Amino acid sequence: MNRRKFLKIIGGMAAGAGAIGTFRFLAPGEAEALIKSSNIRWAFLVDTYKCVGCGMCVKACKLENGIPYDAPVTRTWVERYVILKDGDVLADTPKGARDGFTSPVTEGRQVNPADIDKAFFVPKLCNQCDKPPCVQVCPVGATYRTAQGIVLVDRTWCIGCGYCIMACPYGVRFFHPVYHTAEKCTFCYHRINHGMTTACVQACPFDARKIGNLKDPNDPVTKVIMTERVAVLKDEYGTKPQVYYIGLDRNVR
Amino acid sequence: MSHTWKPVFVVLAILAAIFIARTIIVPPKFGIWESGYMYGWHNKANEQFWLNYKAKYKGRDYCNGCHPDKYSAIMNSPHAIIQCEDCHGPAIDHPDNPPKLAIDKSRALCLRCHVKLPYPTSHRNDLPGFLNPDEHNPGIECVSCHNPHSPVLGGMR
Repeated sequence: MNRRKFLKIIGGMAAGAGAIGTFRFLAPGEAEALIKSSNIRWAFLVDTYKCVGCGMCVKACKLENGIPYDAPVTRTWVERYVILKDGDVLADTPKGARDGFTSPVTEGRQVNPADIDKAFFVPKLCNQCDKPPCVQVCPVGATYRTAQGIVLVDRTWCIGCGYCIMACPYGVRFFHPVYHTAEKCTFCYHRINHGMTTACVQACPFDARKIGNLKDPNDPVTKVIMTERVAVLKDEYGTKPQVYYIGLDRNVR
Repeated sequence: MSHTWKPVFVVLAILAAIFIARTIIVPPKFGIWESGYMYGWHNKANEQFWLNYKAKYKGRDYCNGCHPDKYSAIMNSPHAIIQCEDCHGPAIDHPDNPPKLAIDKSRALCLRCHVKLPYPTSHRNDLPGFLNPDEHNPGIECVSCHNPHSPVLGGMR
């Protein structure tokens, strides 16, 4: 073997290693580094003190996102919790609060105001988890998390097996009555990426709902999440949910 | 050909068929992408579908473009916090499509906020409202007397 031949072989091996390298799977750390290359991480902030249960957010969401108005499914909803002095907890969400809460009757019970310890409304929507179990269980790669943290569903690829609907601890997924594929809140992906806010945030008259970018330290939502007392739903599941609540109660499930 | 080799060729043919079918069916942009193998396995082209989804709610600034009188009226009233489209419905491509918005003038719409619910730890308790709305002109739409753009008593119709 002369020197020229040796260099050719070494060069070929280096090129081959480089070519193989482009096809390898990403290690978790490398994937993480790629996620961080996005300078946006969408997060949601809900103030349960401000919510009055008018349900304008639910109405706006259904109309904005083409969810059949009278179908018993919705991407976002508002729950009412009435905690009584005798320890009973009443919770309901008639039609997902599409028409708001216009009656004090909760779970069929006429509640005497003097018996109420505390009562409040809790808007719910997809938590856009950092570790979304719904994505993990999808057998075909029809649902996925984008670089900016939003979990989306590919309607052309979903086979309708329903695993993701069962996997979500927050119950935010359902079958779309028209497309018969898994459906979920997208944080209005089409709006937030075009400089608008989500339909529910815009429709809320009381600023109970806000959306922000966790990677921008000057974002008012980020400032609240970082400096004030906020909680998330079902933290113990390890899904790293990204909808933060002010004034959450232990009775909220 | 030996009968022992035939099944081997059959299996190879099936594998080849599966491989060819897969390259045809799976979209070219199907891959792992940013969120890694566990969470990022998808067809990249689908992100564009959601990006291109049509927004229907335009916000009050869009309304102000043609209806500045209505805009300034409600913005100077206690109802300034309410978006036009909450009652008027989504603008979509108004005035082209739809040429006229279907306004929700129902009592039920007003009662979403103006039924008094005595919940001491909720902002709902602070809103002006009826404990029993059926005692106040039942069956008549609120907007036949009250002006939602100026809901103070001086703005009565």
